[in-house]
Amino acid sequence: MGLENKLVESLPEVLTVKLDAVVNWARKSSLWPATFGLACCAIEMMNTVSSRNDLSRFGAETFRASPRQADVMIVSGRVSRKMAPVLRRIYDQMPEPKWVISMGACATSGGVFDNYAIVQGVDKVVPVDVYVPGCPPRPEMLVHAITMLQDKIMKESMRDRQDTYEAESRVSVVPGTLPVTEGTALERETEIEVAQKQVPRPYTVPSRHERRRSS
Amino acid sequence: MADTAAVHQFVDKLKASNPAWVDEVIDSLGEVSIVVSRESIVDVCRTLKEDHNFDLLADLCGADRGPEEDPRFVVNYHLFSTKHFNRLRVKVRVSEDDAKIHTVSHIWRTADWHERETYDLFGVVFENHPDLRRILLPSDFDGHALRKDYPLRGYEPYSMN
Repeated sequence: MGLENKLVESLPEVLTVKLDAVVNWARKSSLWPATFGLACCAIEMMNTVSSRNDLSRFGAETFRASPRQADVMIVSGRVSRKMAPVLRRIYDQMPEPKWVISMGACATSGGVFDNYAIVQGVDKVVPVDVYVPGCPPRPEMLVHAITMLQDKIMKESMRDRQDTYEAESRVSVVPGTLPVTEGTALERETEIEVAQKQVPRPYTVPSRHERRRSS
Repeated sequence: MADTAAVHQFVDKLKASNPAWVDEVIDSLGEVSIVVSRESIVDVCRTLKEDHNFDLLADLCGADRGPEEDPRFVVNYHLFSTKHFNRLRVKVRVSEDDAKIHTVSHIWRTADWHERETYDLFGVVFENHPDLRRILLPSDFDGHALRKDYPLRGYEPYSMN
């Protein structure tokens, strides 16, 4: 959004206090999750939007298949190491503001799958806002997580949430490639290829959103 | 117990055509397996398919008998015939130091992905394979996951622990 950023820059103190409340209220009242079911937790996620639990009471029932139209990524299930770069790409494709809910024991910590194939916690790949315990969590717990996320959104400032217009975040998207794991032999080969052929790097750079959190 | 006499006929025919092909015949639990040397596997497979109607490669898989065993790996070919409905298993033992075997993907096209899977998980190299690369694990994976000495949590930095 262009207007709010200019308002924040020109009138940093006076205007933003009340605008924050309005914008945050609007954002929290219509959260659009991305359709991203990974494992058995996804069945509970579908149940959450069904008639019995009815997530639309909290304004978050509009699941979108395109990450471009989504605000919340509900990581519902175990993330395999092969899925991790795909998950990261989907996260990078979501526009700001965006939030992540880690649903279930597997997404949060790897769960019972303490092995080479499963990422031991999705927070190694994307920044997580709300963790939901359970194996799988009941739909009520996911509804609770959504309401907790709404409380968190109300405490945010618009200054935290700006789209990344930097050139690097645009260069990073190369069609047909997937991110490369850091520290592997393939990354070293990729670095050589980047240096020799002057091609853009296939893996994505962290967004400003993530850098803000890690610093 | 199932009667394996029909399958033994094919084994006998195979022995008759070339006695050096069949090293060992195992008849266990109603299933017949033959052990074949690595050098003759392509000829055996082609004979079984073209002369004895084993037209379906139901499965091709590897097995790790443990790092202390020699030969360490076994490559299993599970054959089936849609003409006379018999099943036959062909085993080839491969040592760890020279874990190579000739591909059969030009005989059964389905062997292409099965051999990639066996290479991916056990590290057995299939020579003259049209496209031998990993199929299940990520392309930057270190090691071969179904080997007995592969650590459960993987190697760094892949394990991300």
